[in-house]
Amino acid sequence: MRLLRIVPDDTKFDFMRFRRISFPLSAVLSILAISLYFFHGLNFGIDFKGGTLMEVRATSGAADLAKMRSTIAGLGLGEAQLQQFGGPSEVLIRLAEQPGGDAAQQQAVTKVKAALGTGVEYRRVEVVGPRVSGELLSYGVVGLMLAILSILVYLWFRFEWQFALGAMIANVHDLVLTIGFMSITQIDFDLTSIAALLTILGYSLNDTVVIYDRIREMLRRYKKMPMADMLNASVNSTLSRSVITHVTVSLALLALLLFGGAAIHSFTATMMFGVVLVGTYTSVFIAAPILIYLGVGTGRDALTSPASAASSDPDAIPAKFADETPAEPAEKAPAKKPVAKASKPKGRR
Amino acid sequence: MLYFTRWKAAAVVITALVVCMFAVPNFLPESVLASMPKWAQRHIVLGLDLQGGSHILLEVDTNAVKKDKLEATRDDVRRVLRDARIGYVGLVVRGNSVEVRIREDARLEQALTKLRELSVPLGGILGGTGQRSLDITSDGNLIRLTVGPDAILERVRQSVEQSIQIIERRVNELGTVEPLIQRQGTDRILVQVPGLQDPTRLKELLGKTAKLDFRMVDTGNSVEEATKGRVPPEDDLLYSASAPKQPYLIEKRVVVSGADLTDAQPGFDQRTSEPIVSFRFNNSGSIKFARATQENVGKPFAIVLDNEVISAPVIREPITGGSGQISGSFTVQSANDLAILLRAGALPAPLTIIEERTVGPGLGADSISKGKISSYVGAAMVIIFMLVTYGLFGLFANIAVTINVAMIFGILSLLGATLTLPGIAGIVLTVGIAVDSNVLIYERIREEVRGGRSAINAIDAGFSRALSTILDSNITTFIAAAVLFYIGTGPVRGFAVTLGIGIVTTVFTAFTVTRLIVASWVRWRRPQHVPI
Repeated sequence: MRLLRIVPDDTKFDFMRFRRISFPLSAVLSILAISLYFFHGLNFGIDFKGGTLMEVRATSGAADLAKMRSTIAGLGLGEAQLQQFGGPSEVLIRLAEQPGGDAAQQQAVTKVKAALGTGVEYRRVEVVGPRVSGELLSYGVVGLMLAILSILVYLWFRFEWQFALGAMIANVHDLVLTIGFMSITQIDFDLTSIAALLTILGYSLNDTVVIYDRIREMLRRYKKMPMADMLNASVNSTLSRSVITHVTVSLALLALLLFGGAAIHSFTATMMFGVVLVGTYTSVFIAAPILIYLGVGTGRDALTSPASAASSDPDAIPAKFADETPAEPAEKAPAKKPVAKASKPKGRR
Repeated sequence: MLYFTRWKAAAVVITALVVCMFAVPNFLPESVLASMPKWAQRHIVLGLDLQGGSHILLEVDTNAVKKDKLEATRDDVRRVLRDARIGYVGLVVRGNSVEVRIREDARLEQALTKLRELSVPLGGILGGTGQRSLDITSDGNLIRLTVGPDAILERVRQSVEQSIQIIERRVNELGTVEPLIQRQGTDRILVQVPGLQDPTRLKELLGKTAKLDFRMVDTGNSVEEATKGRVPPEDDLLYSASAPKQPYLIEKRVVVSGADLTDAQPGFDQRTSEPIVSFRFNNSGSIKFARATQENVGKPFAIVLDNEVISAPVIREPITGGSGQISGSFTVQSANDLAILLRAGALPAPLTIIEERTVGPGLGADSISKGKISSYVGAAMVIIFMLVTYGLFGLFANIAVTINVAMIFGILSLLGATLTLPGIAGIVLTVGIAVDSNVLIYERIREEVRGGRSAINAIDAGFSRALSTILDSNITTFIAAAVLFYIGTGPVRGFAVTLGIGIVTTVFTAFTVTRLIVASWVRWRRPQHVPI
């Protein structure tokens, strides 16, 4: 059986050179996302804004949206949004937070229920009072910060500080772009969005760590290879894995997006954007090249002592680099690939 | 990496099997489950978003607690000074204090001594700090009794404790399965009732303080004058509970309170066959009620519930039997509810609903089916993709992922964890990410093969190199899941749980199950090249 190869063996893309495009691009996009956040804003759901959300379904036939809209507008409950949700008989009603504290929110629900009468079934009612919404928002923000901080500390322990910092910059960039996406699409920003952001943080770090792991391994083995080449080699050798993993995660997310229903739609859409689009791009084009600027491997050219080279596991050198003599001057053209074109036993039948 | 001792292999297989076995009770019908021993019955609980139900967060009204405490203190001061026959003027509640002026300077010391008896040491966790319930100071002939913030906090805490017990009694009357009632923070109570069609009744039962008083109607003063704003100081102006709202002038003094009730039952009036609530007083209540009715034959008295007059009948004859009935435009339902509320007792302070999330059973069932469909589709797509990409090794990965998911269900059951819709999403995502560990291993093996290693050598090196990466990358995601568990509630927490457990099982299967499968295959086939 001939197996599928999405990424051919031994790719030699010069990812590091692309940093002259990817860094400015990311900077512009990040600024754009931040200004979107400030000038366009997020569509805060009731979790963070307070208010009432009711999902109703007409017990017979399609829901008369216009009639319901005028009925509710006549109740004097301030701004009310009605939209089709899922099927034609289902309507999502959103009421802004009522002035007059927690009890007023409950009265609003009673009024709407009385006005809509028995023609509808109440599938979901959520009421969040003013104090709870404030707490949920600060909990969410604190949680995000806490997650970023604790992951930073973990990476700092496992890698050098430059890696931890690089991963953090890359992944805050992910979060910023995702928030920009939420602002453009005006997806409901609620507790599940915080969950989505945290998951994006976790997964895109997952991806970054896989590449960093490889970079660290290469750093130990090839004391002489120029940094840019080495980063390229690391990204290229993990490229196949990155692509395949993102295909499988996308397939899982796609199933959730298509069949998971309206309740988790915004959750999966955000994840799709964050994990698949931004996460992959970031690990390859931001997280890896940023290490050059953070000074990983500076002074490595000065490291000529054979003793230090011998300290690494000599058995660990993959054969494709084994015939690469590390005697060449390190200042060779960065475009030149340090990959030998030695005969490769094909792994297929 | 590929060598397993017989014992190790057995341990891996047994561990995986046992964990998977715990998932079995979820798929058994109720009748079979009931016949099994208790420990084997543990199963996954569906979250409120899947089985339908109400999540209601209540808050004790701290201001009301404070006001009650201050008013009680004022009444205590009045009683103490009257009993000691000490003259006073200007007894008022001001801010967080009760103030009173003693007429005669000579009796100031005596008044202070008497009033200090009102101040008791604070109990609870504050005990031993020397804090007292009242802080008493004097300034000339003015005595000020201040209720400190700690004393109020203590009262709030007590109120929450009492309220939880009362709410439990009320909710249990609804006859629902496994309601959850617990304290949150200092002044909040979380009530979760699964499988409720309509939470209106639940909210009515929770929202009522159910403070029932029997008080005399003041017939000596004019109600019309009172409605214009001139309410006599010893009276309250209250309105009837049923429309049209009718004003009553009711004495502040309580003849008998709801605390003296021993029982309340809904019933029907024998003459009018209207729904009523009949009640019984305890001993002291009976005596107090008998005395009051003997003294006031021919006058009206009022039954007041939460500051609304339910009825105000005229006393025709002394009621000495210690029982009676309340009538007042009840429906069968409202009579029933009032009986529940009276039996459960009054809440020490009003509760406000500050958050409500209710999912109807219809939506819950829809969510379950959507969760199922998306899981099957997602899993199927991933499985096919892995087969196409890795062939035989893809099959190994799929076996490992299947065991992985079974183990997630097993652990969820073992913990009695709650499965929510985002939780299902977490499992689907785990399927996507779990194969990542296999992808990491296989890609590494491919690389090693390209590097010129022999098949067995490459497989061995692939495993040993990839596993440290798998560990590192999964720990970062696990940290995110842990934070999410900590900050999240309800459905979001459900997502954090499945994601976190999924990561643990993923690492376990990658390190043991996948490795064991591949190792067994290598031993069996002695491959010359790797088919990936």
